[in-house]
Amino acid sequence: MRIIVLVKPVPDPASAGERLLPDGRLDRASVPAVVNGNDEYALEAALKLVEAAGEGEITLLSMAPANAPETMRKALAMGATRGVLITDPVLEGSCTVSTTRVLAAALRTLEFDLVLAGVDTSDGLAGVVPAGVAALAGLPYLSYAARIAPDVAAGTVRVQRISPTGYDVLQATLPALVSCTQALGEPRYPSLKGIMAARSKTIATIGLADLDLDPATVGGAVATTRVTDSHKPEARAATRVIREPADVAARQVVDFLVERRLI
Amino acid sequence: MAGILVIGEVAPDGSLTKLSTEVATLARSLHEAGAGQPVGIVHGMNAEAAADELGLFVATVYVDDSVPADSTVAPVAVALSAMLDDYDLVLLPASADGRDLAGALSALSGWGVLANATGVSWSDEGPVVQQSVFGGRLITDSAFTACRGIITVRPNAVTAQPLAEATPGLRQPAPNTTRATQPLPEVRVVDRIEQAGAAASIDDARIIVAGGRGVGGPEGFGLVQQLADALGGAVGATRAAVDSGWIGYSQQIGQTGKIVKPELYLALGISGAIQHKVGMQTADTIIAVNRDPDAPIAEFADLVVVGDLFEVGNALLDQLRARSD
Ligand SMILES: Cc1cc2nc3c(=O)[nH]c(=O)nc-3n(C[C@H](O)[C@H](O)[C@H](O)COP(=O)(O)OP(=O)(O)OC[C@H]3O[C@@H](n4cnc5c(N)ncnc54)[C@H](O)[C@@H]3O)c2cc1C
Ligand SMILES: Nc1ncnc2c1ncn2[C@@H]1O[C@H](COP(=O)(O)O)[C@@H](O)[C@H]1O
Repeated sequence: MRIIVLVKPVPDPASAGERLLPDGRLDRASVPAVVNGNDEYALEAALKLVEAAGEGEITLLSMAPANAPETMRKALAMGATRGVLITDPVLEGSCTVSTTRVLAAALRTLEFDLVLAGVDTSDGLAGVVPAGVAALAGLPYLSYAARIAPDVAAGTVRVQRISPTGYDVLQATLPALVSCTQALGEPRYPSLKGIMAARSKTIATIGLADLDLDPATVGGAVATTRVTDSHKPEARAATRVIREPADVAARQVVDFLVERRLI
Repeated sequence: MAGILVIGEVAPDGSLTKLSTEVATLARSLHEAGAGQPVGIVHGMNAEAAADELGLFVATVYVDDSVPADSTVAPVAVALSAMLDDYDLVLLPASADGRDLAGALSALSGWGVLANATGVSWSDEGPVVQQSVFGGRLITDSAFTACRGIITVRPNAVTAQPLAEATPGLRQPAPNTTRATQPLPEVRVVDRIEQAGAAASIDDARIIVAGGRGVGGPEGFGLVQQLADALGGAVGATRAAVDSGWIGYSQQIGQTGKIVKPELYLALGISGAIQHKVGMQTADTIIAVNRDPDAPIAEFADLVVVGDLFEVGNALLDQLRARSD
């Protein structure tokens, strides 16, 4: 089974230090990058599928700045086979439309049974790239997966898609693209062996010239959206602390709720 | 001036989702500020009731009944992409289906997406879309460079307001378009599983009572649920509680769960880790019950009760129930 996992290096949200550059673009140098949280779930799902199948390979695909291999190594250490990085100065400042076009073009150069992506990213939270990539790459798109059951011999895949009241069972033919949630299971920690092995795994770096894509249709110069202004949210008022016996404390909470017209 | 296309989402019971009424209200307010006419559209074979509801919010509503019941939103994206000549904005709910639709429509049309808007206003240059980023630490304004685009709207960005003079009956079939489209690869919904006791959705809840590891187990969530019922709210949870199997993933709030903005967030036994905080810190009012006065949540809650969540929670429940008697 050949699986491609779309992984995006994002500023570490645990740093709480993400910020914008003066021109409104994300400052990717200000905080260390990590693999986007939901993409780790996608990778974990891929690793489990390959283990269950007893064979297979996992290729990481990222569109990111040239220093992305540092971050991709962590995902290789979890057990992915290799990485492909699309990096090009033209792509700086790309919007989701460009990202979608580039990732779809890169998929056309690769062979696979399944593509896995995260449902959204902690830096953009758009949650629109996977559906777009599938549309442009001509792949069936199955989203919000809590379970993925491919049948490579039959050429089909079934996915449990989280719904507001339970889940829907989706079915499509392979190859397909599936967006992944935390419900697929906790990502493993890289083992020491995995970390050592990752050092010698290849990350192929390609540019726009390697893709069948008109470079004028992608990148910062043709971004469809731009940030025009930003400000900090209004600071919250100081915290009020109640240290009273439960019934007194509860009375004060009720009063507070009434004061704020919440009950 | 080209119009605003408002996508109405049909709930499983055939009604229009609450978020769709908010999206329609927002579209109308943009029109009042200078944008084009809002036009609603709903898709599906049983969308009549939802279309009528949408008609209470925007004067013209199309119904497209060509979408099979067992398909995902893929054919909807294709149908919409053929209609875009008459519009320069598409507004839709930032729900799971809404995001899937926005992604596919953006790719098919080349239109940009501004996702998860917490507010939209109108300027001479077009829409100004407000977004809450970096876990709520920054609010940005964004614009479309081509004055055309797709906006997904978060719950509670505006309060839904029906038209003063609702004129039902303007519902009409979606117009035929001449623009050629290619279908997207088919995905079939082969089953829809309702999970027994599935908790009420937190997405657009006005009040959320959330439990964390401190709740101690599935029984502890009984108290959380009772408090939610007493307050008329929904139950939320941290990842620690979800990972422990005490409650379903659909209730998880935070970085890899849902982002919510209720009027009241009551946190029981939740430490307030950054990955949880990013999902709820824009709530209007945050109250936490925690026996540790130094838990991180004490730094950003409006009110912290230092104490045992079961003692305080049960006392609160008694008093809330006594009030409503
Ligand atoms: C990639 C990634 C993504 C993540 N995504 C999310 C996410 O989406 N959502 C999320 O919530 N977390 C997420 N996390 C996990 C997050 O880091 C925390 O581990 C989690 O939020 C902690 O949950 P908690 O507050 O319930 O538990 P704890 O941190 O263990 O806190 C329990 C709290 O309960 C209090 N307590 C215990 N017993 C009582 C009692 N009887 N009465 C009163 N107080 C009591 C304790 O004092 C403590 O403050 C993510 C982590 C990672 C690495
Ligand atoms: N630049 C990128 N490189 C690789 N994968 C990406 C990139 N951007 C988005 N993705 C994938 O698409 C998912 C959703 O991203 P987004 O729509 O930007 O929130 C991510 O979780 C990734 O799997």
